[in-house]
Amino acid sequence: MSMMDQPLLMTEGLGKSYGRQLGCRDVSFNLYEGEVLAIVGESGSGKSTLLQLLSTQMAPTAGRVCYRMRDGVTRDLATLGEAERRFLYRTDWGYVHQDPAMGLRMKVSAGANVGERLMAVGWEHYGRIRKSAQSWLERVEIEVGRIDDSPHTYSGGMRQRLQIARNLVTEPRLIFMDEPTGGLDVSVQARLLDLLRNLVAELGLAVVIVTHDLAVARLLSHRIMVMKEGRVIETGLTDQVLDDPREPYTQLLVSSILPA
Amino acid sequence: MNAPAYNFAYLDEQTKRMIRRAILKAIAIPGYQVPFASREMPMPYGWGTGGVQVTAAILGPDDTLKVIDQGSDDTTNAISIRKFFEKTAGVATTTTTSEATVIQTRHRIPEAPLQEHQVLVYQVPIPEPLRFLEPRETETRRMHALAEYGLMHVKLYEDIAHHGHIATSYAYPVKVNARYVMDPSPTPKFDNPKMDDCPALQLFGAGREKRIYAVPPHTTVVSLDFEDHPFERYRHEAPCALCGATDSYLDEVVIDDRGGRMFVCSDTDHCETRRADGHRGVQPEALA
Repeated sequence: MSMMDQPLLMTEGLGKSYGRQLGCRDVSFNLYEGEVLAIVGESGSGKSTLLQLLSTQMAPTAGRVCYRMRDGVTRDLATLGEAERRFLYRTDWGYVHQDPAMGLRMKVSAGANVGERLMAVGWEHYGRIRKSAQSWLERVEIEVGRIDDSPHTYSGGMRQRLQIARNLVTEPRLIFMDEPTGGLDVSVQARLLDLLRNLVAELGLAVVIVTHDLAVARLLSHRIMVMKEGRVIETGLTDQVLDDPREPYTQLLVSSILPA
Repeated sequence: MNAPAYNFAYLDEQTKRMIRRAILKAIAIPGYQVPFASREMPMPYGWGTGGVQVTAAILGPDDTLKVIDQGSDDTTNAISIRKFFEKTAGVATTTTTSEATVIQTRHRIPEAPLQEHQVLVYQVPIPEPLRFLEPRETETRRMHALAEYGLMHVKLYEDIAHHGHIATSYAYPVKVNARYVMDPSPTPKFDNPKMDDCPALQLFGAGREKRIYAVPPHTTVVSLDFEDHPFERYRHEAPCALCGATDSYLDEVVIDDRGGRMFVCSDTDHCETRRADGHRGVQPEALA
């Protein structure tokens, strides 16, 4: 069996409870390289908790998350040291926040935002860092002339694209996205989704995307997981689940989309 | 010897022991910021309360103390601190760098090379080099612990992007002993190379921030930079108007309201010593 056939990310019986309050429960799935998984559900269904567990920002109270590192060895993320975890987080992973201000350094220029990860892994050549930042700005359709401007001067859509460039500069294999199109108007959303879809295909990225917008899930994802009250109630190919939902709750979700 | 109301060097012996423990730890881990229980001193924060506490803790009756502020021995702050220790410790004081055993400084490292029997005590306003890039103290401590210093280069990157060169001219970040990144307090970057492999012990005290850190004698201190934008010293392109020195750090002094100015050594002891040796500069017209 070649390495590509093995999953990149695996979870087994993953759960988190906040005291008596349940965050999520018994989540198991495998994610392969180049695969986009959407987690959908209403507010409070446990999707954000799950994303935080997967990205090791929070420790689970049950189950485990394993990841196949760049050297091909699959490791339980709970056994990684803090230094290793942080290194993984800023090299092989990306995290796109709903609010770009959370994922960007708003006080430094766009170029420095993109270059930060490179400098963190030891790049010390200004010219090369800048060149890489320029090429990434181009790829996310930001005018290169704005490279020295602060993200404060950027529109919401540009900030989100800048955040994506900042995450992709170290060529990660896995990206977590938390409502990446939330708070953007429809035309800006469409452009961002188009860009994301191209980048994901081009770079062969694995993505876990949390969204309550089923249209986003349909456009971007291969597979979908529907959550309700902390549990996964339905999972399958995106088209299949959205066109022919089995669970009553999923049927409700799908039917509550306003016709265009 | 002592003014009767005070213990030797103002602080009580237990406090001095506590500070000495912090200093020893700081010397053992070069560049690491050691927390200590900073005391209220009879002067406002920002006037050198950290430096004064470090000096008080290491001063002995046989020491000779020199205090400089911006390189000068005769500014208010320097005179006040010198008098403070004359009064509370009764130690000898001097303005001559080579005669001093303990030198307390704000901003400058003396031009005369320091020697093995000397200790340089810096007054530090903000000890955390990552402060303005990462406001969370819990996060900056973790970054130090894991030696994650990419952010320091982000600051230098910003300088080059906006000014075309590294415009940081003071508090220029350094890496000590190939491990900890340290803020050399507000010394001009002209002085950074003097910290490297310095024979004297260098101690840093931040009173308000309650931190002590150190560079032991003969430790490597490297100024951070980029391969294609290497670290450069900065100095005004002029000789000293009083002593003619072309290699010392200069202060710019405005001398009239018609744009007249002169450049003089910031290290007053260095300048006076040179003049006593017969060196003369060219005075600007207005003063002639």
